[in-house]
Amino acid sequence: MKNDLGRDVPEGFRPFRGADASTTEPHRLIPAKPAVEKTVFSVSLSDVFDRLGIRDGMTLSFHHHLRDGDFVINMVGAECARRGLKDLTFAPSSVFPCHAPLVPLIESGTITGLVTNYMNGPVADAVAAGKLKRIAIMDTHGGRARAIESGDLPIDVAFLAVPRVDRQGNGTGCEGRSACGSLGYAVPDAAYARRVVLVTDEIADAVAKPELDGRFVDIVLEVPSIGDPKGIVSGTTRLTRDPVGLKIARDTATLLLRIGALRDGFSMQTGAGGTSLAVVPYVRRIMVERGLKARFASGGITAQYVEMLESGLVRTLKDVQCFDLDAVRSRRENAAHEGISASEYGNPFFAPAPVVDLLDFVILGATEIDLGFNVNVTTDSLGRIIGGSGGHADTAHGAKTTIVTTNLVKARLPIVMERVTTVTTPGEDVDVIVTERGIAVNPKRPDILARLEGSGLNVVPIAELMAIAHRMTGVPVRPASRGRIVAAVRYRDGTVIDVVRQTGR
Amino acid sequence: MRRSLLFIPGNNPAMLQNADVFGADGIILDLEDAVTVAEKDAARELVKEYLNTWEFGATEVMVRVNGLSSGWLGDDLDAVLGDKLTAIVYPKADLASLRELDRILSELERRKGLAKRIGVVPIVESATGVVETDAIATFPRVGGILLGGEDFTADMEIVRTREGAELAYPRAKIAIACRAAGIDAIDTPFADVADAAALERDARVAKSLGFGGKAVIHPNQIEIVNRVFAPDVTELRWARRVVAAAADARKKGLGASSLDGKMIDRPVELRAAKILERAAACGLGGPDDEE
Repeated sequence: MKNDLGRDVPEGFRPFRGADASTTEPHRLIPAKPAVEKTVFSVSLSDVFDRLGIRDGMTLSFHHHLRDGDFVINMVGAECARRGLKDLTFAPSSVFPCHAPLVPLIESGTITGLVTNYMNGPVADAVAAGKLKRIAIMDTHGGRARAIESGDLPIDVAFLAVPRVDRQGNGTGCEGRSACGSLGYAVPDAAYARRVVLVTDEIADAVAKPELDGRFVDIVLEVPSIGDPKGIVSGTTRLTRDPVGLKIARDTATLLLRIGALRDGFSMQTGAGGTSLAVVPYVRRIMVERGLKARFASGGITAQYVEMLESGLVRTLKDVQCFDLDAVRSRRENAAHEGISASEYGNPFFAPAPVVDLLDFVILGATEIDLGFNVNVTTDSLGRIIGGSGGHADTAHGAKTTIVTTNLVKARLPIVMERVTTVTTPGEDVDVIVTERGIAVNPKRPDILARLEGSGLNVVPIAELMAIAHRMTGVPVRPASRGRIVAAVRYRDGTVIDVVRQTGR
Repeated sequence: MRRSLLFIPGNNPAMLQNADVFGADGIILDLEDAVTVAEKDAARELVKEYLNTWEFGATEVMVRVNGLSSGWLGDDLDAVLGDKLTAIVYPKADLASLRELDRILSELERRKGLAKRIGVVPIVESATGVVETDAIATFPRVGGILLGGEDFTADMEIVRTREGAELAYPRAKIAIACRAAGIDAIDTPFADVADAAALERDARVAKSLGFGGKAVIHPNQIEIVNRVFAPDVTELRWARRVVAAAADARKKGLGASSLDGKMIDRPVELRAAKILERAAACGLGGPDDEE
């Protein structure tokens, strides 16, 4: 079966029929988890497995707030292997290189299913090489919350790493030696998994602002360490000094001003990629010059946004994930730095509206972008899995204006092409692409095109951007991918927007 | 227009690939100081191929060659001379070496059958060069003079400071000689690429003396230099009002006009017209630029 973008859809999955197709469907919601009678405290993972009766075929979920420093997923994986469990589905919100120890579990059939929003490193390579028995599912951040709350992704046990837990089982990410800030991606798991285990390395008498409610926690497991702080958050997110990235960022800020996106009370989000993040100081300069204040900034929060909050340029931060230590500190200390759940952030069915729907603009990145403005952030041009939507497709759909910033040519590869290797975000949700050699506006946004007339910005049709790139690099020959389907890329409503096929090896 | 001229090392493919995207009015592909002796031949080949394949659009392209005494000048010129090149940037210029350069260029142009005459932008960066500036400015082919502050202070055995007081004389000398000859005066690069505020101050000093542009050594310097050497909002607004007042006076049959109580005479009107002309060349002049 093909979907509306002409992409394959594996059997048993629903095809993508347009970004707004699901809005007419009734929203299903399963009952939330009932409160537990008493939270059990344990110091043995084996004891937790026994108490919960974890067995073959179950789905275990995790969050990725400890990023590339996480110990918890590997810890649980090792216990599954030790017990000889088979056919498990792991559903972490993201997978990082530190999760390499899961590869042998995938090869041995302990893990045969994977549901995640982003993966990068040895596990992603194993999936692309066809080692996972079932088709991996790649959701968006908002789509994962929707899948959990609607029962599309039933979770047997959620193992949630939590930097500090109190004696009632309430948890926070803002305190403790492994502090990672907001625990937004864990909230749906904590509310809808059949059983919830908080895994912590710090138990305190009380936590100041609990993000996870102890009344729904079955077991608190205390372990020596939940993660390596070096991999959890960077000290401070560094801005690019690459002059090409800075030029793209500067042009993007000029464009935002010209199209009227920078008005008093606006709302914004930027991806954490170097170029997207580099737009922030240029926007800040315009705000100071013109005396503008932003209503809120959302998403993964960095030091740049904390500084804007503290200097009064932004009224509120809506934080689903902290990217650096400044963000963690601010989330702990500043009431205007609000935590939001993955559902409130991007679930298309969140009522009255998810935060992404309130955004005036979002600045995102791209690995590839095609003449239909479809964006790939899931695979590279060889078809290897190098990421995934995360919040890309959620914010692109929600924001009034979606701007993709990218170098036109990266490592001699043209980034604008006829047809992207994998569609992560549909072109109907992408309005503008800004490159160092020109800016292309989606023809469905004539209003933006009109506002850029006479702006001095180099606005060209997207086909011209591709032609410019081809004049520099030649026309690349793309490898044909004919292997079996190894991953289904799901749009936020759960429909399949594209598939990833096995890489030739 | 030569507000900003960006130096790019001739042996760096990644930098060449992006040389023309930053909005510099011109780029100077460097075969001289940025390239080590062992890399000279590779840089020459790379720049030659780059000139043959790249499309530069409105960006002016020049090459800084090695000087006469290096022994590489002939090979450099033979490799890079072609229709895309507008000028050769010639280091440590004095009259004697410019004469020899002119002879070699004429011969190569004849041999290659080039349609147009290649210009020369000498770098005045020695005491001799400063002394000979008046003659250099009127020498055939010379379309602009670039001040080389580092080499000049080395030749003078004086310290190059951030404030640049030691460059006051050569700057004034070059600016006046260039104006008299009707060619471009281009200021020396500012070395501290991390200090944007100091770069802007340095560029404003040069502009105040009559320079029309400045060489830059990092893409992040271009925006500031382009802005400084384009008319600013105050200048633009003043120029528009002067031109309007003069036109109004003519319509009324008056010989002289005034603005804010000051008489507008012929030199004032001419200066205003030049500002508007330059603004138009810089792509300014739309209503938004008045904000």
